[in-house]
Amino acid sequence: MKTEPIAVLGAGVMGVGITTLLAGHGLPVRLVDNDPVKLAQAPGRIRRELRMAQLMGVLPPGREEGEVSLHGDLSAVRGARVVIEAITENADLKTAVLADVSALVPPATPLVSNTSSIPIDELADAVRHPADLIGTHFMNPPALIGTTEVIRGVRTGEATLEAVRGLLREVGRRPVVVRDAPGFVTSRLLHPMINDAARVVQEGTASAEDVDALMQGCLGHPTGPLRTADLIGIDNLVDSLWVLLKRTGDEGCRPCDLLLQKVADGHHGRKTGQGFYEYEESTR
Amino acid sequence: MTVPTDQPMEVQAAILTFVEARTRTSWDPGADIFATGGLSSLFAMELVVHLEKTFGISIGGADMRLENFRTVDSMVGLVTRLGGNVSA
Repeated sequence: MKTEPIAVLGAGVMGVGITTLLAGHGLPVRLVDNDPVKLAQAPGRIRRELRMAQLMGVLPPGREEGEVSLHGDLSAVRGARVVIEAITENADLKTAVLADVSALVPPATPLVSNTSSIPIDELADAVRHPADLIGTHFMNPPALIGTTEVIRGVRTGEATLEAVRGLLREVGRRPVVVRDAPGFVTSRLLHPMINDAARVVQEGTASAEDVDALMQGCLGHPTGPLRTADLIGIDNLVDSLWVLLKRTGDEGCRPCDLLLQKVADGHHGRKTGQGFYEYEESTR
Repeated sequence: MTVPTDQPMEVQAAILTFVEARTRTSWDPGADIFATGGLSSLFAMELVVHLEKTFGISIGGADMRLENFRTVDSMVGLVTRLGGNVSA
């Protein structure tokens, strides 16, 4: 097995989750964030997610955890075998970071943008070698969800696709490769549905608990759409809905008032302790 | 302040109170609280952290498996064993 570290950019919800998945399968990770506060919180959050993965029995038994090092500077991507970008869901920010990264790594280093909705080919103009760029859409928490959506942009090279397939296999994920489009498959279906679930609550038809209970109990949704919203982060969900609305024109993607209100109130879900549900400090 | 672990009935009562408050459901101490679905890995983790804090114990290694948290009784067993007051 190759031992060069994988660089993960962004120590937010997804960056921490992806780091947990990689390290839990024995791969070394360089976690990069320009926010020293987030970086300082990362080891505790990774520890907690590793414990949860262990509790659920989803890590390979007896494998030593990969080392995780923390970096405040993007130059840490030098020498990485793969770079996974998991910063804020904003095309301008992602474009800027990917452009910087592509100037620091040699050609043929796979650049993976973890995004829930931004078309990969929109980001490809920013990088030196568009064939090296590919998308993934890990679900939260990545260590507990066995399938990963992989997005092949029109310019994504075969070698890049194979490298990412290989990496996902190493960490026990099943890749499903789809064509590039706003929201790909999962967000194109899930995000408007969550938006509608929130609208149902907003209109007073049912409580969040009852919407989730019906979606779980009658329709087999594993966690319920509104608990899922809390897990995604309602701020991130709203960012993605705007991306989808702008690129598809589908009015069903216009974030409903209740979602916007929750973002304005700072009730972003599990990570802030409150969203549609309340969360204990210790399990965020 | 942590709850002493040498009185299994009190340990059971404390765990039951927490589980019932968090799930808004009453439970038989022997019932599998994860069997009916709807309770997540997050809730399992919440139980781990709550037990550690409440009883001043540390749960790790082979004890970190869902089986230990499936029923109130299995949690009582874990807590009393890790509390070191009852020989299992």
